[in-house]
Amino acid sequence: MNRSHRHGAGSGCLGTMEFGAEFRRFSLERSKPGKFEEFYGLLQHVHKIPNVDVLVGYADIHGDLLPINNDDNYHKAVSTANPLLRIFIQKKEEADYSAFGTDTLIKKKNVLTNVLRPDNHRKKPHIVISMPQDFRPVSSIIDVDILPETHRRVRLYKYGTEKPLGFYIRDGSSVRVTPHGLEKVPGIFISRLVPGGLAQSTGLLAVNDEVLEVNGIEVSGKSLDQVTDMMIANSRNLIITVRPANQRNNVIRNSRTSGSSGQSTDNSLPGYPQQIEPSFEPEDEDSDEDDIIIEDNGVPQQIPKAVHNTESLESLTQIELSFESGQNGFIPSSEVSLAPLASGTNTEFETRAPDQKLLEEDGTIITL
Amino acid sequence: MRRFLRPGHDPARERLKRDLFQFNKTVEHGFPHQPSALGYSPSLRILAIGTRSGAIKLYGAPGVEFMGLHRENNAAVQIHFLPGQCRLVTLLDDNSLHLWSLKVKGGVSELQEDESFTLRGPPGAAPSATQITVVLPHSSCQLLYLGTESGSVFVVQLPAFRALEDRTISSEAVLQRLPEEVRHRRAFEMVEALQEHPRDPNQILIGYSRGLVVIWDLQGSCVLCHFLSSQQLENVCWQRDGHLIVSCHSDGGYCQWPVSSDTLQPEPPRSCVPYGPFPCKAITKIFWLTTKQGLPFTIFQGGMPRASYGDRHCISVVHNGQQTAFDFTSRVIDFTVLTEANPEAAFDDPYALVVLAEEELVVIDLQTAGWPPVQPPYLASLHCSAITCSHHVSNIPLKLWERIIAAGSRQNTHFSTMEWPINGGTSLAPAPPQRDLLLTGHEDGTVRFWDASGVCLRLLYKLSTVRVFLTDTDPNDSLNAQGEDEWPPLRKVGSFDPYSDDPRLGIQKIFLCKYSGYLAVAGTAGQVLVLELNDEEAEHAVEQVEADLLQDQEGYRWKGHERLCARPGPVHFEPGFQPFVLVQCQPPAVVTSLALHSEWRLVAFGTSHGFGLFDHQQRRQVFVKCTLHPNDQLALEGPLSRVKSLKKSLRQSFRRIRRSRVSSRKRRPAGPPGEVQEGRSRAERTGLQNVELAPVQRKIEARSAEDSFTGFVRTLYFADTYLRDSFRHCPSLWAGTNGGTVYAFALRVPPAERRMDEPVRAEQAKEIQLMHRAPVVGILVLDGHSVPLPEPLEVAHDLSKSPDMQGSHQLLVVSEEQFKVFALPGVSARLKLKLTALEGSRVRRVGAAHFGSCRAERYREHHLAVLTNLGDIQVVSLPLLKPQVRYSCIRREDVSGIASCVFTKHGQGFYLISPSEFERFSLSTKWLVEPRCLVDSAETKNHSRLCDRPGPEKASGRARWVKGQVAFAPAPAHPTLPGVPPGGWPESPSPVNSAHPPSSASLPPFVCPTLPCKLVRRPHSSRDQGFPERGA
Repeated sequence: MNRSHRHGAGSGCLGTMEFGAEFRRFSLERSKPGKFEEFYGLLQHVHKIPNVDVLVGYADIHGDLLPINNDDNYHKAVSTANPLLRIFIQKKEEADYSAFGTDTLIKKKNVLTNVLRPDNHRKKPHIVISMPQDFRPVSSIIDVDILPETHRRVRLYKYGTEKPLGFYIRDGSSVRVTPHGLEKVPGIFISRLVPGGLAQSTGLLAVNDEVLEVNGIEVSGKSLDQVTDMMIANSRNLIITVRPANQRNNVIRNSRTSGSSGQSTDNSLPGYPQQIEPSFEPEDEDSDEDDIIIEDNGVPQQIPKAVHNTESLESLTQIELSFESGQNGFIPSSEVSLAPLASGTNTEFETRAPDQKLLEEDGTIITL
Repeated sequence: MRRFLRPGHDPARERLKRDLFQFNKTVEHGFPHQPSALGYSPSLRILAIGTRSGAIKLYGAPGVEFMGLHRENNAAVQIHFLPGQCRLVTLLDDNSLHLWSLKVKGGVSELQEDESFTLRGPPGAAPSATQITVVLPHSSCQLLYLGTESGSVFVVQLPAFRALEDRTISSEAVLQRLPEEVRHRRAFEMVEALQEHPRDPNQILIGYSRGLVVIWDLQGSCVLCHFLSSQQLENVCWQRDGHLIVSCHSDGGYCQWPVSSDTLQPEPPRSCVPYGPFPCKAITKIFWLTTKQGLPFTIFQGGMPRASYGDRHCISVVHNGQQTAFDFTSRVIDFTVLTEANPEAAFDDPYALVVLAEEELVVIDLQTAGWPPVQPPYLASLHCSAITCSHHVSNIPLKLWERIIAAGSRQNTHFSTMEWPINGGTSLAPAPPQRDLLLTGHEDGTVRFWDASGVCLRLLYKLSTVRVFLTDTDPNDSLNAQGEDEWPPLRKVGSFDPYSDDPRLGIQKIFLCKYSGYLAVAGTAGQVLVLELNDEEAEHAVEQVEADLLQDQEGYRWKGHERLCARPGPVHFEPGFQPFVLVQCQPPAVVTSLALHSEWRLVAFGTSHGFGLFDHQQRRQVFVKCTLHPNDQLALEGPLSRVKSLKKSLRQSFRRIRRSRVSSRKRRPAGPPGEVQEGRSRAERTGLQNVELAPVQRKIEARSAEDSFTGFVRTLYFADTYLRDSFRHCPSLWAGTNGGTVYAFALRVPPAERRMDEPVRAEQAKEIQLMHRAPVVGILVLDGHSVPLPEPLEVAHDLSKSPDMQGSHQLLVVSEEQFKVFALPGVSARLKLKLTALEGSRVRRVGAAHFGSCRAERYREHHLAVLTNLGDIQVVSLPLLKPQVRYSCIRREDVSGIASCVFTKHGQGFYLISPSEFERFSLSTKWLVEPRCLVDSAETKNHSRLCDRPGPEKASGRARWVKGQVAFAPAPAHPTLPGVPPGGWPESPSPVNSAHPPSSASLPPFVCPTLPCKLVRRPHSSRDQGFPERGA
């Protein structure tokens, strides 16, 4: 496998079968992946489980666990192998469908969310309508319950997609009702949506929508450049509150009868501080902000946050990058040690940077 | 700021914050941008400069400075001190007059505007009728004579600016009183000159632009004399004794007119065109000054031969057969000559020529042979060559300070030894607590060392890196080399030289170690010089090393400028900082970061391609690291190549107008009518409007790794810390890039005894990729007590506590968007403060500073001083990253101001408010350098006292009003002893105040009712006399 990578003839594919903690590693020809049926057969063969129905999933480059159940997503999976592709196999009867989806592999449960939203505590039974979610969320409307009907709060999931955010903002003026009557005030508006961009594809944002808040911070009084910088700084987890130019599609809420329907639709947003003051406290960190640190032994790791006593360090995501050989005066480090891993979740994955040399050459089994 | 006030905030902390932090803009250093007027008070010995933006600045003895700003956004065109008083009148280009005064409040003088006034003519008069061309403050200090374009002279009473219409001297009135043969000439046109008779306050001279000069008797309202010239009049000078008038004209000539009251002079007896016979430019101002030796000084502006030297800005001094045309590199705004201040003295005896040019102030010693320039203690032209970077070093050890001054004094041998002649007022500011250096890098490859300890920013030493390189022009060639019998006898003066031989020489980064005297300087073409302070001159070769930052990366082509060629062989260096190593980065891109560790003898440098470490002890490269992203094409081509070729840039650099580098709208937009500036600013304004019309939109896109210039190395930092494990600390080098990557290298520096034998080794230990990918602008390691690690050698010199190496160290990474604290050695994130996500502002500059409390002597805290792209200054606490205070400091549009900001270690800072001026600000309550000074005027004292208690005994020598017949009081025996008139006063002066003229029977006949008496100034003969105190 490594050889094929080196020669660039096609990329190998590492299948790891996790089935009662069993691992397999084998290679595939990247250029000719074949059909899903053949692959499924191969997996059954490799794991010697010819008659067991399994669910096949893989870890994509963002760390999402995504299903493989047809030719299309199988080909997509192989093409993302980088060069290693990590495949997860579960018995169908034991399958946990909720494992699939965005951020599933790296998401840490946020304590704050659980505290703020007590109904998160009871585990809601998952209603499986079809096969596991084939789609990653790209956007959502959130906080419908606490916003005026004329406003819309949109979350864009940049992290889960390669699509550009793809919109432009401009200065403008809007009319506000003030104690002194109607007043024209400067405002920030969406001026353009890039075709094929995330903003356009969601359908939740439109040209001439007025931007009211960015991640809970009001934009009034801020310059266009300030708002631009705020949006870019929040681009990995951008939450924009807009007043849509078209007010006919507003969500009409029936009066506060049902608490659950009035509840925010986005429970995956941890500790989003719209009710609380925007704060500098480290508790309300978003988990997708973790920096990558590469130690001299070549093992990059997502930087764990210092453990707060209220929080438990739930998972660490481990990325392996190859060791960079010493050059121009570096002393190559002799000891190669893998950083100790905190475990507690079954969702580890590994990828390899395309242009890095591999550290492990021929090991068919990696135990993490 | 709401979040700071949320419930639960600590009132004790709030109190402490008030003791620690306070924001003040304290003083402006440097030369005022776009000066437009000059004024001087011989009695106060205070100089005033007005600017196009309506600022007036007063300077006296070093440390005595005042600043005032007109409410109107108009250029100050004239400044006149009221004779002998702490008051001055300014004329703005909107034709308004403003009265300012220096008032003593709480022991220090303050400059404040008292009144303003716009001259209104009779109803229906044309606006030009009242357009003021000349202002004459009468010696009585009660009246202002205002010459106008219409030819009328209006009279206004001070201080209330009450127009005395009945005393207007209209051109018709003058015409009627002229003899017939003069009267037939055309109207006089505008008033060009107004002068009071040097001895007789009842006579004034009025010069009209058509060439007529009359002496007008104020009392009798008649023409005493008239002189008629065939040439347009430019200006007039009245000799000290009143017997001679010298007029200068538009044809480049001047005429001398003897004054005698009985005969009218039909023709000037003596006329001269000093630079004739070919057509000359106008002489716009002339001084005719008598000396004890007999031969007068003639000092005039302009008059150069039109064809060959018409473009020069010259002031000529002629005395005793010597003639020199001082040639200024920028336009002459105005000039004055410092002369004997005592009006009773028989001779002018000029001692200094003060010239305000557009870009600098030049003072020339007229007493010393050869007329050498005097080095000004302030008003330094920071922008002699454009400032490209600056670096501040606090608390310089005395030894280094003296060595730098010694090196600098050898460079200043061409200056006169004369003491600074403008020495009015007393500075009350305490002596600066420490010695601070501000280093500025310039476009011409020089580094200037400024004494930034106090109010006066003084040049100590100038270092030029040009000698190391081969340039087109030899630096030894100067334009001064001119033959003996050259005509006109031009002599270049001043230091303003905006032309750069080669833009690649520009200095981009400076790093000085104050303990060892090592200096690292890096420039535009990737050159890094390491210099050492040497008190002797030396001649040695500079070792040259190339650092290939691209390494094995292929397929890259540098399209920018070529690297500089080093001069082969030994180079002669004067005493001072002498380079011994030259590292040339390849590709020769601008050096973007620099760090020097004098203890380890290492210098680190970074460009847009990568960074390297050089061992300047062994003269050996330790390593280089390429930080380029494969997709980063822009970095390879070089910033220059995309816009212009080097040749073009050279050409443009010659032509570039300096002021365009910094927003010319420093305080408020300015621009007098009919000037080039006006067109420019108008164009700017319309440009702005156009921008507002077109919809501005901004793209919202996440930063990706493919953004250009991600490899650009923004910051380099040396630290002795726990990089690998928590047991052993080791030297380390940290580098931060534009793409949010931080590289950490563990270094192995051999011990001192084997320092030359073993190589320094480096090994990459960590690499941090910030997920938000914003440029890293600062890296800092905090010790176990959360105190920033001391500078190299600081502990060795007992100037800092040794860092705590027991507790765990923390790494602070400041990106443009976030502050983040990581625990070392694990590099686990501890804390962060997101700035941009919350405020929309980005970090532009960050510096660690300690803040002392104004209450508790020894209490101090370490914090970060932060400047954002919005021009706000914030203090962020260490290590908890809590915002403490925020002040708005620089206009957000002032990009160059924000880019030029440097912080000191004591919570002060500097930024450029114009190409030539640094604003000093302070965030600290304890460290505050601001002018505190007293300008004492006997008059103001006496006024108030006399009003309180008009008694005969106090008037003494200070009184402005004495009996009228004492027109020329003999000087007391000991004029230099203030307040001791040992019977020297002619007679016991009468009690006088301005309201009640002395009712003496011996009132001379020429005293008119409203001008009741003759002013006798206190004998005040010697200019080196201290500030006058009231007489006994």
